[in-house]
Amino acid sequence: MYRYDRIDQQIIDERVAQYRDQIGRHLAGDLSTDELRPLRLQNGLYIQRHGPMLRIAIPYGMLSATQLRKLAEISQRYDRGVGHFTTRQNMQLNWPQLEQTPAILGELASVEMHAVQTSGNCIRNITTDQFAGVAPDELTDPRPYCELLRQWSTFHPEFAFLPRKFKIAVNAAATDRAVIRAHDIGLELLRDERGEIGVRVFVGGGLGRTPILGQVIREFLPRRHLLSYLEAILRVYNRYGRRDNMYKARIKILVQALGIDGFRRQVEAEWAHLQDGPTTVPDEEFARIAAHFPPPAWETLPAVDELHAARVAGDLAFANWVRRCVHPHRTPGYAAVTLSLKAPGAAPGDISDTQMLVVADLAERFSFGELRVTHEQNVVLADVRQRDLHEVWQIARRHRLATANIGLLTDIICCPGGDLCALANARSVPIADAVNEKFDDLDYLYDIGDISLNISGCMNSCGHHHVANIGILGVDKNDEEWYQITIGGQQGNSATIGKVIGPSFHAHEVPLVIEALITVHLEQRLPGERFIDTLQRIGVEPFKARAYAGRDRRRGARQENREMVNA
Amino acid sequence: MPRIIRKREIVDDPWQVLSLAAGESAATVPLPAGPVLLPLAVWLARRDEVLRRDGPPGVWLDSDEGPEALAEDCARFAVIGINFPKFTDGRGYSSARLLRERYHYTGEIRAIGDVLHDQLFLMRRCGIDAYAVRADKDIEQALAGLRAFSESYQAATDQPLPLFRRRRAEHSA
Repeated sequence: MYRYDRIDQQIIDERVAQYRDQIGRHLAGDLSTDELRPLRLQNGLYIQRHGPMLRIAIPYGMLSATQLRKLAEISQRYDRGVGHFTTRQNMQLNWPQLEQTPAILGELASVEMHAVQTSGNCIRNITTDQFAGVAPDELTDPRPYCELLRQWSTFHPEFAFLPRKFKIAVNAAATDRAVIRAHDIGLELLRDERGEIGVRVFVGGGLGRTPILGQVIREFLPRRHLLSYLEAILRVYNRYGRRDNMYKARIKILVQALGIDGFRRQVEAEWAHLQDGPTTVPDEEFARIAAHFPPPAWETLPAVDELHAARVAGDLAFANWVRRCVHPHRTPGYAAVTLSLKAPGAAPGDISDTQMLVVADLAERFSFGELRVTHEQNVVLADVRQRDLHEVWQIARRHRLATANIGLLTDIICCPGGDLCALANARSVPIADAVNEKFDDLDYLYDIGDISLNISGCMNSCGHHHVANIGILGVDKNDEEWYQITIGGQQGNSATIGKVIGPSFHAHEVPLVIEALITVHLEQRLPGERFIDTLQRIGVEPFKARAYAGRDRRRGARQENREMVNA
Repeated sequence: MPRIIRKREIVDDPWQVLSLAAGESAATVPLPAGPVLLPLAVWLARRDEVLRRDGPPGVWLDSDEGPEALAEDCARFAVIGINFPKFTDGRGYSSARLLRERYHYTGEIRAIGDVLHDQLFLMRRCGIDAYAVRADKDIEQALAGLRAFSESYQAATDQPLPLFRRRRAEHSA
């Protein structure tokens, strides 16, 4: 993975000093709460329901075992021994003390980490495919492009105070695992007919209050122009994006207002001045960064490990885990492994300090000392020998990291929600718990098959509910928690924004509604159909009808419950 | 006399900033004597009158006013102010870069308005070289904000080569 040189380290060290000084001036009364706010946000520090929350950057989800051990240590020393992985592949600590945050950043800098631009109206952490570098369907490793973008976006002087936050994702595989069209800018790496690598540039995607998929602004941009072209987009956005209403300030609103063709004309006019300038990236720089991501020292192994195959044949629990949590690898004899952070009863994406140490050990023993955080809030060991899978499984299982539910109903993407987040309208983790309780039988989950269920506690959509087959959004009605359900959303190459099925539901109804939706799928599916396939074939109506069918009865039950409570 | 930061020093400065109060119009507002930064609207409305005054003129752009409005005229100004109505309004950074890099303006660009310690480094990188730090803030302390970082990744006005072009030179040296 990318290792800092003297200059990278110096920049991060100076950032720690700058932040320490800002907090010091704030505590001394020289920097007001309002003046500190955008500054601390650009260092990942929120002031939340119970106190501060610190969001630590994990650039494009890559971590070394050493870095994860440091995160474990920080969570023990400065927090409550738990971290939360986010849909931007970052880690949040929910219980640090404001006064200690400079020390935490100092600790992070000692392992080439930081919290730069994990919040605020600036360019955020770049995200990509968790299987970068090992995916069989990959054109080229996207991580050098992500690192190039990380450096370019870090403290960009012109774009530190944009109208709103700005998210960029990169995909280089045949299957998009980075939801690039749900980003302000989505980049898809391609090769043209002469073999030159370039980028298809999408712009104006985003979830939040107004979910929109990005549109193509450039079909093929030679990679050397990547940074200057993004500067042109960002400059047009910085100058003309709306600043009068934060709900209309994302670039998607500007793109919609001008139309993609009008927006493209402005960007191209701006780019005409920047094209071929010093920000043009030479091949040598791509090569310099790519040299930080060499293929690990894979052994030459047979494509199928006989011992592994025998274990799969002889142990159903192991076979189930392999089926759901083990993924193909481009190198014979190797596999990528997802360690599920979605065990029943666990808050999705949460990882304890002990688990962090276990994962770090697993990475070191079995996967060349590196791991990745997924935007689905799990952890990936990317380079495990097939013959080691059984041992990895046994160790992971002891630490509740081997729930065989990846891609199933209980592999829920979920924001921290109203338990912790000051923005939330409603809690999200108890909904995830309730779904887990309702669907606690793995065989039933396997029968339901591939499906995505995402939960956001508010319109900011950190839980990506718009692009889930079943999306749940917390809304506040008269100080009560209600949940709006969308169906038909999906990630991937045919990314789709889900449709709201109707009026929102009370918390206690949600698991029943999920069950109703699942039942329609089970009744109506053709052999081999996933939930999304059935839905697309038969349409929304049968699902909607079933979801609301028992509503009066359920309401009655709720009324009775209330009366009992009141009694 | 008010003090500002010019380049890297705190200096006394005679320039006044003229703003149009409610009910005042660009066409009729009285122009104060001495060096003054005029609202863009006054410059556009009374160009000949302004040019007849003693001393080189100054003008200021609000955050929604682009440097295109000055374009070829920008060389006439001794000082161009860029207003930051709130420090979180980042449009002025683009305006400053365009003045320097597209219109090749070489005179003073002065940040006015909500100008604070922690933005000075970014402003400097974008070609702003004078800073009217908000009056209630400690200007001596703010001076340190210019030196927040000793190195940067991107090309900008202060450093036309991105780090990757200079790194190559360092590594091959």
